Amino acid sequence: MDLGTILQLLGSSLRLATPLLLACLAGLYSERAGIFDIGLEGKMLASAFTAAALAAVTGSVWLGLFAGIGAALALSLLHGFASITLKGNQLISGVAINFLAAGLTALVGQTWFGMGGQTPQLGTGARFSAITLPFVETLRPVPVLGPIYATLISGNNLLVYLGLATVPLTWWVLFRTRFGLRLRAVGENPGAVDTAGVSVVRQRYAAVMICGLLTGIAGAYLSTAMSAGFVRDMTAGKGFIALAALIFAKWRPWPALWACLLFGFLEAVGIRYQSITLGAFTLPVQFMQALPYILTVVILAGFVGRAVPPRAGGRPYVKER
Amino acid sequence: MSPALPRWADLALIPALSLVLAFLVAGLVVVFIGEDPVKAVRVLIAGALGSSYGIGFTLYYATTFVFTGLAVAIAFHAGLFNIGGEGQAALGGIGATLVALSLDQTHWLIVLPVAVLGAGLFGGAWAFIPGYLQARRGSHVVITTIMFNFIASALVVYLLVNVMKVPGSMAPETRAFGEGAQLPFIHEMLGALGVPMSRTPMNLASLLALVAAFLTWVLIWRTRLGYEMRAFGHSEPAAVYAGIDPVRITVVAMVLSGAMAGLMAINVVVGFQHRLVLDYVGGAGFVGIAVALMGRSHPVGVILAAVLFGILYQGGAELAFEMPRISRDMIVVIQALVILFTGALEALVRRPVEQGFLMLRMRPR
Repeated sequence: MDLGTILQLLGSSLRLATPLLLACLAGLYSERAGIFDIGLEGKMLASAFTAAALAAVTGSVWLGLFAGIGAALALSLLHGFASITLKGNQLISGVAINFLAAGLTALVGQTWFGMGGQTPQLGTGARFSAITLPFVETLRPVPVLGPIYATLISGNNLLVYLGLATVPLTWWVLFRTRFGLRLRAVGENPGAVDTAGVSVVRQRYAAVMICGLLTGIAGAYLSTAMSAGFVRDMTAGKGFIALAALIFAKWRPWPALWACLLFGFLEAVGIRYQSITLGAFTLPVQFMQALPYILTVVILAGFVGRAVPPRAGGRPYVKER
Repeated sequence: MSPALPRWADLALIPALSLVLAFLVAGLVVVFIGEDPVKAVRVLIAGALGSSYGIGFTLYYATTFVFTGLAVAIAFHAGLFNIGGEGQAALGGIGATLVALSLDQTHWLIVLPVAVLGAGLFGGAWAFIPGYLQARRGSHVVITTIMFNFIASALVVYLLVNVMKVPGSMAPETRAFGEGAQLPFIHEMLGALGVPMSRTPMNLASLLALVAAFLTWVLIWRTRLGYEMRAFGHSEPAAVYAGIDPVRITVVAMVLSGAMAGLMAINVVVGFQHRLVLDYVGGAGFVGIAVALMGRSHPVGVILAAVLFGILYQGGAELAFEMPRISRDMIVVIQALVILFTGALEALVRRPVEQGFLMLRMRPR
């Protein structure tokens, strides 16, 4: 395997990891605030469809992105209403949101475009295209570093860089701001936050809406950056892999980056090589596809360090009277 | 269960009102895509119940949903949310198929009980691991069962493509079972009794589903184990204080739940398709969640809810034919709305109803 192949593989890992990363960080905000979200998948799907549909109709990728974020925010609001205001079951709400998005995107897509649930192919203005960073040509002759800069660091689309920038931003917000402290506190001990005179409801809604924003970007990435248009069920379990990555990372931003890059790498390898031969063994492609889920179960089982979720996660906060 | 409400209101009125809300919203969706909801309902009902052909298909689908609905309901009683019905049913399909392939030279009377064991064993085993991990290692069963759905899907694809496929064939499916491993169809049984019925996939497994529902009722409300499960589901600390072993209850409830999900293979694989095809479950495991929520986890409620979803599936197929804009995806939307309104948004209905009853009670007589 030469350097070029390795770089191609890593580059495609990075691009495949980006939607996972955005969705994973989205889940991180929500779950750190005590709202479990298994509806990441549905929100990404709704956003992917809305973004592609609007971009196709208007020809503007930015309008598409904003519409996608809007769709994801609407579903987040529904999740918040069910699990914060009505104190309903967060898991059931998440399941419902996934089905709602799966059904509505296909149904509305068919009515709107009549292409079996797909949106039309997006032209160049209606997509996020690759950005070439400065000095690529100047640095290309430099051995090793030149090609790395040219193919891995440069040449990605805007949302990839946005996704990467969200990691330190999330770390800073959660661990260096008052907002973040309160957000983590409502996920661990909402009673204490309430006693301190901070509204648990408002704090949790804020977290859920940030989650909607980020899943919206993740969904728009799928349909307007990674591919040129929406196809049915195009999230294909990515929301759940993001959830797996979140557990893998034990609800922390930097490990979330590594987990998503790992899962992106697994996917890239699975796409490039149908089956992998290791000595006498041949790993079938299905094993590679299942590997993120298997790894997550192993982590969850506590065999490789324990994953402890936020303490108040999944429980609605009922104010004492 | 709320003391403010009489039993009938809790068990029937609230689910009924939630359902009405769900269908009102579904009607709005139909209006939004430019069709007439009243006409849609008429086509749907006529397609599902207007002929013995439609009824046979409706009850065939309903049979599947009784199994997956009971699976979710059993786990609910022990306070566990088993989203893994899809994967457990897929594995149950493998179990039933192995039995059918090896015994199809005998008679269905022999195949049926062994296939029930095989499907139950494989489905139960697939649920055992998440159950055990929750009980012993504290890993949340919701997350692990989601992961196990994906792992099951990959595993079944691998098995069908590499191991169980007919050699030389391209299609990822097993060979057809011999006559000996095919359950009798209901139209054949009725025909033997002199009652005419169109040919439909409805088969003997429908009766098995009724037996399963009855046995579930016995288990939950008439046995010690069921009592322990319900106690555990209501309050874990109280149950543990009363000497109930949390590990045992969690694992047993999950295994029973997974076994029940696996049994849907008897209806679809052994009863109708007579071979194992790729993704034979087709979302039925998830329908079970809606069915259990709507049926309030009671076997009678589960049967009623399963029939309703059977009507939606069969009527929906006719609907997609008559009014092409309302494709089968509409069923997924309705399923989502049912889960949403009878599950997560239940308080939307419950609070006003409770207040209504309180006001009725406070009024002087």
